[in-house]
Amino acid sequence: MGEEVAEYDGAYKVTRGLLHEFGNKRVIDTPITELGFAGLGVGAAMAGLRPIVEFMTFNFSILATDQIINSAAKMLYMSGGQFNIPIVFRGPGGSALQVSSQHSQALESWYAYFPGLKVVMPSTPADAKGLLKSSIRDDDPVIFIEQERMYGLKGEVPDDPDFTIPLGVADIKREGTDCTIVARSLMVPLALEAAAKLQEQGVSCEVIDPRTIRPLDIDTIIESVKKTNRVVLAEESHPICGVNAEISHEIMERAFDYLDAPVKRVSGADVPMPYAKNLEQLAVPDLEKIIAAVREVAYLD
Amino acid sequence: MSKQSPAPPSRAGADEQSSTGVIDPPKDIDKKKLARERDQAKERQKDRLGGLEQKQLIDLYRQMILIRRFEEKAAEVYVAGKIGGFCHLYIGQEAVAVGSISAIRKDDYVLGSYREHGQALAKGMSARSIMAELYGKATGCSKGKGGSMHMFDKELNFLGGHAIVGGQIPLATGTAFASKYQDTDRVTLCFFGEAAVNQGAFHESLNMAQLWKLPCIYICENNQYGMGTSVDRAMSLRDIAQKSCAYEIASEFVDGMDVLAIREATLRAVERGRKEYLPTLLEIRTYRFMGHSMSDPGKYRTRAEIEKYQERDPIKLFAASLIEKHITDEATLEKLDKEVREEVEDAVRFAEESPLPAPEELYTDVYSNPIETGQSRTIR
Repeated sequence: MGEEVAEYDGAYKVTRGLLHEFGNKRVIDTPITELGFAGLGVGAAMAGLRPIVEFMTFNFSILATDQIINSAAKMLYMSGGQFNIPIVFRGPGGSALQVSSQHSQALESWYAYFPGLKVVMPSTPADAKGLLKSSIRDDDPVIFIEQERMYGLKGEVPDDPDFTIPLGVADIKREGTDCTIVARSLMVPLALEAAAKLQEQGVSCEVIDPRTIRPLDIDTIIESVKKTNRVVLAEESHPICGVNAEISHEIMERAFDYLDAPVKRVSGADVPMPYAKNLEQLAVPDLEKIIAAVREVAYLD
Repeated sequence: MSKQSPAPPSRAGADEQSSTGVIDPPKDIDKKKLARERDQAKERQKDRLGGLEQKQLIDLYRQMILIRRFEEKAAEVYVAGKIGGFCHLYIGQEAVAVGSISAIRKDDYVLGSYREHGQALAKGMSARSIMAELYGKATGCSKGKGGSMHMFDKELNFLGGHAIVGGQIPLATGTAFASKYQDTDRVTLCFFGEAAVNQGAFHESLNMAQLWKLPCIYICENNQYGMGTSVDRAMSLRDIAQKSCAYEIASEFVDGMDVLAIREATLRAVERGRKEYLPTLLEIRTYRFMGHSMSDPGKYRTRAEIEKYQERDPIKLFAASLIEKHITDEATLEKLDKEVREEVEDAVRFAEESPLPAPEELYTDVYSNPIETGQSRTIR
């Protein structure tokens, strides 16, 4: 259920073909009424359905936050365990290309704040399939944040209709020994590219993609930091009170004695997203910023 | 069902002016006029009595008096410090919950606001489980983790208990959606106050319900005050039933002091929901005799106005109708009152003696399938 998911085939074509395959009872075009249809989804979940609610972008989910946070996240707890909410709220989040401040927000740290929600962010096509299946099969509300700029990425995807990736498990996307880069969503391909470049410069990076932001597989990250002793956290979202601030604290608390340098964050600029092409490029971390950060924690320059 | 044709929906009280919300010096109430209006209401109600058997009518009375005594007791124990936080009482509005819920089945859904003790009792939840929840005990319906504003009972299809004004309205639209999706004829009753009508969620929900034909019955309990703000300080168009035209949705205005009028209006809406999947908006004009909550100093209404509505106390009105039509007598009703008081006392005893939730319960029921990771393990 969502805006343009049925007859339009989805604003980003994610739901293309679903109306044809499953019919209009299961694939529903909604009016532009985010608070209403998010709440409708939660109510339907209380009555036994397993809804998937699309936000055309997560920017619009802000209108629905009362139902996501005050209803979905809290229903099981405040009912004393009677009503779980097996709902998935999915859609693209984060920056696009020149769509300006109201259409470019990365909200995962907002949602990761709330006990009762699970937050998942895929970065490859295979991860998208496996994680979405697990999210749908999960009996709790899942915030599934895709990235519009990654919809075009191509990758190997298992055909198995039961291919799932467990939630709460990070993925080591590249092994290395000198520095750990923790990256999610849009920053993953960038981190891998940076690692390749750094390899040429003699620095071996381990790239970790948490995949599930809440609950976070911090153990995998800590194991890596114990090995490399240096860590760079990359994100496109704003730095303040972001997910990397959370990861940084966890690393400090659990691996303090293993760090050879302070934890370094690479985040999006702390400004509303500008429209001008050059300003937008300055606002989102790029290859150079990640490479510079790794070199900084390695005391190379 | 009624053998005679049902009385037309009453618009009693629809055109009355409510107070301005400004503190007025107490005005003299025209006692004769009040008595006349009360007698007219009673005559209308007596016309409806033929539709039900004696047993059913007495049961409606019992349900109302149970809510009244329960809420009075809740006020008492709140003042004694046994109930924490907020306590929003339903005194004066009993006819709405009892009348409307008597028109539905056990498998129909009910959702309400934070002023939901009345609906919870009317749906069949025990006084014990609600009182224990008010006390925050482990034996409460929500295991002590919800409190006054979050009563739930899955088996009885009572889906809460919601504290954000209007939050329940999209949820109820969703349960109605599910009922239709699952090819059942279950309907949903959604209770909210007139102040909630100003929330966007109300408009979004009614639009979807009529657009997609969802069997949801939206019951607006217009007690004329959103906390301290009277309806004429909050709404440009105060005729809530009339707002239905914006959604092409069926609507009715009902006298909230007449339990049978409410029951009949709800039956009509239920029929529409079950047979045609169409939603209905019911505006039920009622009044709360106590403040918004236990912490309300009540400076925004006059004593005179409260007394005016207490003349039309739905319980007294119904008792008078039943007695005058010889369906029952004073002695029977007194005996019922005594029984109900004992039931409430028992509930208090049960709550007092029940244990608090175990400390481990702090961390249970956050997730239905909790996923253990390094973060979730050590965040306690």
